[in-house]
Parts: sequence; C-alpha cells; structure tokens
Amino acid sequence: MNTPTGRGTRYAKRPIGAEPRFKPTSPDTAVGRFAAWLGRFAYRVPRPVGPVGPVIGAILFSAVPALAQDHPGKPIYDRWCAECHGIEGRGDGPAATHMLPRPRDFTEARYQIRTTASGALPTDADMLRVIERGMPGTAMPGWPKLSGSQKTDVIAYLKTFSRFFESEGTPEPLDIGGAPRASAEAIEEGRQLYDRLECWKCHGAAGRGDGASAPTQTDDNDMPIRPADLTQNWLFNGGGSVEDIHMRLRTGLDGTPMPSSSDLITANVVTEEQLWNVAHYVRSLSPEEQPAPREIVRAVLRTGALPGAPDDEAWSDVPAAYIPLVGQIIEPPRWFVPTVRTAWVQAAHNGEELAVRLVWNDPSRSPDPAWSEWRQSIAAVMEPKEEPPAEGALPDALALQFPAEAVSGRDLPYFLMGDTRTPVHLWRWTSEGDVTEVTARGLDTFEPLAAGSAAVVGAAAYADGQWQLVLRRALTPAEAAGRPAFRTGEPIPFALYAWDGSNGETGKRAAIGSWYFLYLEEPVTATVYVVPLITILITALLGFAAVRYAQSAHRQGERAPKAGVALAEP
Amino acid sequence: MLLRKYVPTLVLSLFTLAACGGGDADTGGTDAPDADAYTVPAGEAAVITGVVNFEGTAPAPEPIDMSEEPTCAEKHDEGPVRRPVVANENGTLRNVFVYVREGLGDRTFAATSDDRVMDQDGCEYQPHVMGVQTGQQVTFRNSDGLLHNINAQGSTNRSFNISQPQNMETERAFSQQEIMIPVRCDVHGWMEAYIGVVDHPYFAVTGEDGSFRLENLPPGDYTIEAWHEEYGTQTAQVTVAAQQTGETSFTFNDTMTGAFVPLGAPLDPHDHGRVAAAPARGTR
Repeated sequence: MNTPTGRGTRYAKRPIGAEPRFKPTSPDTAVGRFAAWLGRFAYRVPRPVGPVGPVIGAILFSAVPALAQDHPGKPIYDRWCAECHGIEGRGDGPAATHMLPRPRDFTEARYQIRTTASGALPTDADMLRVIERGMPGTAMPGWPKLSGSQKTDVIAYLKTFSRFFESEGTPEPLDIGGAPRASAEAIEEGRQLYDRLECWKCHGAAGRGDGASAPTQTDDNDMPIRPADLTQNWLFNGGGSVEDIHMRLRTGLDGTPMPSSSDLITANVVTEEQLWNVAHYVRSLSPEEQPAPREIVRAVLRTGALPGAPDDEAWSDVPAAYIPLVGQIIEPPRWFVPTVRTAWVQAAHNGEELAVRLVWNDPSRSPDPAWSEWRQSIAAVMEPKEEPPAEGALPDALALQFPAEAVSGRDLPYFLMGDTRTPVHLWRWTSEGDVTEVTARGLDTFEPLAAGSAAVVGAAAYADGQWQLVLRRALTPAEAAGRPAFRTGEPIPFALYAWDGSNGETGKRAAIGSWYFLYLEEPVTATVYVVPLITILITALLGFAAVRYAQSAHRQGERAPKAGVALAEP
Repeated sequence: MLLRKYVPTLVLSLFTLAACGGGDADTGGTDAPDADAYTVPAGEAAVITGVVNFEGTAPAPEPIDMSEEPTCAEKHDEGPVRRPVVANENGTLRNVFVYVREGLGDRTFAATSDDRVMDQDGCEYQPHVMGVQTGQQVTFRNSDGLLHNINAQGSTNRSFNISQPQNMETERAFSQQEIMIPVRCDVHGWMEAYIGVVDHPYFAVTGEDGSFRLENLPPGDYTIEAWHEEYGTQTAQVTVAAQQTGETSFTFNDTMTGAFVPLGAPLDPHDHGRVAAAPARGTR
C-alpha cells in the first residue's frame, strides 16, 4: 500500500476492478500452453526479421484455435491488435512506447470516438467505425483486411476487457439530426461562437492548435497531447466532415481534454443549430478536398523582381503544393512524434532567380519558455534511450534539400540527406534568422559551405501557429562549388525537413519528406506565337488550293460528257 | 469454460447471502434502496470525532502564473498559489477526506437529496476536496464567466468531460464508490480537485480546525480512513456503543510526501478487505 510514486504518475493509478474478464491464458493443457507460448512470437519477433512471427502465429492459430483461446475475437486481437494495445488490453503492447497518443487502454473503456454522451460507452457501430477507418491523427490504422465477422468478433472481445460493458447497459447514440446547409452567414456565426465559446484557448485564434493552453495539455493518463490543428481536417481522429465535427462537439473526445458541449444546449447557452454553425466554421478552416501530394511542383515564371517577403500579395496567385511529412524513424534516434505534418510549397522564378515560399504550421515559435514543460514531458515519454534528448534552447528549423551534383533521371541521392558517394546540398533556415548552405553526406555529416556571394536569402514570419518562409537564390550560383545550378525546363529534385525546437526536435529528431521535383517554367519565346500563325497560314493556303483544285475539276466534269451516263441513256 | 467464468460471481453471491443471514437486509432486491434504507434506531446513534494532526513544515505554496486569465488573477489578493498541503495554525491538516471505510456491513442508506456544489471561482475549485454519497447531485458551477472544462476522471465511475464557457451550472452524480475521483480543468492546468464517493453519509473533509465529526452512526466497530492528496492514507479502528462518542485522531507529517495516494480505487460494499494497489503505469 505504500508504494512510493512520484507526482507525475498519480493519475496513472488505475482501478482494481478493471481486470479483463477473459484472462489471457490458454486452457490448462500441454498443447494449449505450447500453442499460446509459440503464438506469443507473433508479436515478439522484431520487425526487421519480417513476417516470420505472424506467419508462425497464423499457422498455429489456424491449426489449434479451439485449444488456444476461448473467445472467437481473441486470435484476431492477439494477432493484429496486441502489438500496440497489449495482450491484456491495457494499451501497453511492445510498440506502445513509440506512440503518442498511446494506444487505447481497453480496460478503462474510455473511447474518444463515440456517438454517445461524454462518459457513456461507445456503440458497436462507433467501435466498428474506428476499426474500419482508423484514427488519422494517431498511429491507429484502418483495418480493411478484416472480414465483417472478424470485426464483430474483435469488438465483442474488446468489450470483455472492461466490466463497464456489463454494468452500463446498451449505450444510446445522440440524435443530432442532419447538417443544416453551410452558408457564409452560418460560417460567420460559427466563427463568432468559436470566439465566444473560447475554443481558441486550446485550438488557437486561427485554429492551428496554438492556443495559450496548448502547451499544458495532457490526456487522462498524463501523456502530453496536442489540441487538433483545425486546418487539417484529414487528420481529425473522428473524421473531417461537418457531421463528424458536430458529433465531436456534442460528445467530446473522452480521455482527452476535449470536452462535450451537449450541456450547453440543455442550459440554453447555444442551440443545436448554433453548434452546427461552429462545425461549419471549423470545417471551413480546412481545404474543400483533402490535399493530395503531387510529384511535380511548378515554379511559375514571373517578370521583374520576385516577391521576397513571405506575406507578399504576389504569392496569393502562385499555386501551393502539399507536402506531407513524417517522423524520421529510419536511423536512431528515431522520432515518432514530429510536430510538423504538412508543408505547403510555392515557387517562382524570373529567369535569374528562384524564390521558394514554404508555409507550415507549428504551434510554438521556438524557443518559447511556455513550451519548456511540454518539451520535457515529450522527452520523458518518447524513449530517450536511443540518444539522450538535446539540451538547451532549440530553434525551429527547416531545410530544403537538392542533389549536390547534377543527377540523371531517377538516379537520386539517398533521400535522407544523401550518403558518402552522393552528397546533397541543403538550405538550412532556423528561427534564429540565419540561412546556411550545407553539404550533407548522411544524416550526421553537415559541412557548411563558406558563405559567399551566392548566399541564399531568407525571410520568415510567424503568426498564429504558422511559419511562412521565403528562400531565394540566383539560378546560377556565383560560387559554384558544391552548389547546384537550376535550369528551366528540367525537373529539379528537392526534399524537405522540419524541426520544432519546442518538441525537442533537432538533428535526426526531425519531420522528413520524400523527393519531389521542382519544374521551372520555361520562358515563352517568340516561336510560341509565330508557329501557330504559320501553321494557320499554311493550313489556309493548302485548304484554298484544295478547294480551287476541286472546283476546277468539277467544272471540267460538267463540260465533258460522262461516259457512264451516256451509256445509260437510250 | 462458461462455468468457470461465473464461479467468482456465484461465490460472491453465496458470501453475500451468508453475510446477510440475520437482520435487516432481508430482501435480495437492490433496485429500491430507499425502501430498504437503514435508519439508526432512536436512541442508539453514536458519534466518531477527531482531528487530523500535522507535524513538520508544509511545503511552500507554488505561485501560479495566471497572467493568461486576468479575471481570475484579480480574485487572488495575495497572488494565486497551488497549495496541496494546507497546514492549519493549530497544528492540524486541512483538506483531508475522512470516511467510514469498513464496519457498516450491508446496510444501505437513503440517498441524500442535498446538492453539493463544486464552484470554479478564481480559476480554482472550491472546495478543493469534497465528499459525496452515491447518487447525490453535484452541481458544477462556473462563477468565472470564462471557459472551464470539468474533466472528472473517475475509474470506477465513468469519467466525463464537459464544457462550461460561461457562468452556468451543470449537474452530475456518481453511481459507484470511489476513493478518490480527480477533477481537473484542461484549460487551466493548475486547477485540480478531488471527490470522494461513498455509499453512506459518514464522511467529512477537514477544514480550518482540522477536525471531523461523523454523526448518527449505528453502534459498531469501524475502520476510519483519512485520505490526503499528498500524504496518502491512514486508517484507525474505532468501536462505539449506542449514544457514545468515540474519538480518534490521525497524524500526517512532512516526510510522507511521495506516499501512495489512491486515486480511482473502488470500494466493494460486500468485501471490505484491503484493496490492493494497482501498479502505477508510469513505472511499469
């Protein structure tokens, strides 16, 4: 009873009554024990070994299902879910420590995505939805590979982990009606309510998850958690439609700081329709369609000076390309919780100079003391074993990567900052204001280039949880050593890295992207205008000639007697 | 397999029946507690009183940076502070939840109709520690007129999280015994409160004089437990006869920081054995 525990773990003490009803034990037979023992390797084999473990497990489970378990959902759960959620459903599987939010602890029966009131259990349909679609803002994938009956069985099995599914009765879904039509007025009222209901305290004035309360958010197990970035609805855990958003407003996301607003309707603070308008407003913060990455990013041709300021109006009519980023999990120290998930890239050139505008959301302008506690707790929960977390103040940073030498076709350097044979050239910007040119031959081998006249010019602005950065350089660098020249009409490979200092990100703890290609539009030469004219002229002349020929042939035919006709006449 | 699944339930049921053998709990129904509610026979009511002493020095209060909420900051004349340990001038400890843990047998008690209010005032919960009976209404009140959320993280009870963006009241009740339910506001990370839920009316929270008084008890042998958010729990055995007043006291001291503090622990009304500690997840 006198187990010493630190303050940080006090909320983690969990109920005694939450033992799973089906103990994860095999029948007490030698065969059953052996099968269960072997089956454990299904999730213990380290990933690099490949699918050997699951294959052994699958063979065993299919061979001795009746002996190895007593619930039809158990083999499915043990094979596909236990790696993260743990064999006893406590959310403590072998992979759990790489994830944030941590996998759900089913013994608590707290479910984020429900159609039921806060504090109520989810319906079977709610659980099915998450299994089918996953939770896009988390590590939970969708499971289209499971059959209908497998999903039903695994849902039934999940419910055995908590006695609440016996004691609470069948949950009642909330009746939210249908979504009223979106309109400018509805969205405007939603915006005002977003202010009045103080959603911005966590989600930020522009909805980018940068509210004043964001740095201190923790989930029910005291793990750091971020308010959703409302401008990226494709990453919402419960779906990004206006119906999904409204339902989350009504139900809250249990286990997270997101509360339910249903009581606001019963207390006449807002009407259901007004809450729908909040949902319309939140929906309006994200693009109409989920953005899809495209390999080619066009650098538009402009005449005269390129826009150098990140907030220059001239950028508004340059198309923006979506670049998804992920954590660097290839080389240790691996990084599973990158802050930056999305970057938008715009580019323009004028035949002399290239300007690239990069826009990404980051809730903190690092270094920011308000986020120091956040950084500490992230470092504490995200396996610092591979390398101790960095010390000292860390800025935000972004790097734009090009091959250091000309490449042919698809023979690109290794996307993670090249290797010893094929180096890459980086423009590395930090929020301390400097841009450096760097040659890299692998993730750890930066060689700064001497700052010369070819230096890259950077200009950045931060507002409401968003960085905007413009980087410019002459197409042909004055000092060519180690610096690639950019030619129009050729695809120029590039890749992106982003670091959020307040999240403890530096070096290999980074958000990374894959190779994309910048295509610099070619200047429109005179031939573009002349060739069509000549073509039209030639076509017209040929046509005229053809018509003339046909007409003269016709007239000759009229004068000459037609042999066939003559024969036919009596 | 199926039989094995139900064995514990059967054993528990038999145990319950045996325990209920003679006396007042003569019906199997549990759905109408009021009809079966126990009342102390006239002239038998006993009392247990005492104090919760404190030895040593209370940790210095930690200042709270409330600059993001000037409305709340203004309500604190001497600046807002976090004070998990409040030592009274008379050498006693405030905010200790004292309750009858064992000894009431299978008696059921009428749900009290009194509302308990937990106010959010100055971006603080008032009271900081509260006791309620199962089924008793708790009114969560927002007196600050700014956004709070009430995240009651029960484990034996269903946890809930509700929004209060303005002055308003929301009512909730807890159906299961639980020592204790942490309540927090995610908008203001410093706000925390604790609610103890028991299925009888014999509980108290120590105030400015550190005393407690449990009245109108049936005569009997009791285990009284005192819970403190920083120093954990202590128990005492007290026997009271009809119309008598039993006295007991608890003593916490400043070396107890870091003691196991039960949160979310259920109390089984039919098995008053010591509840084993769940392993703290952070250390597994």
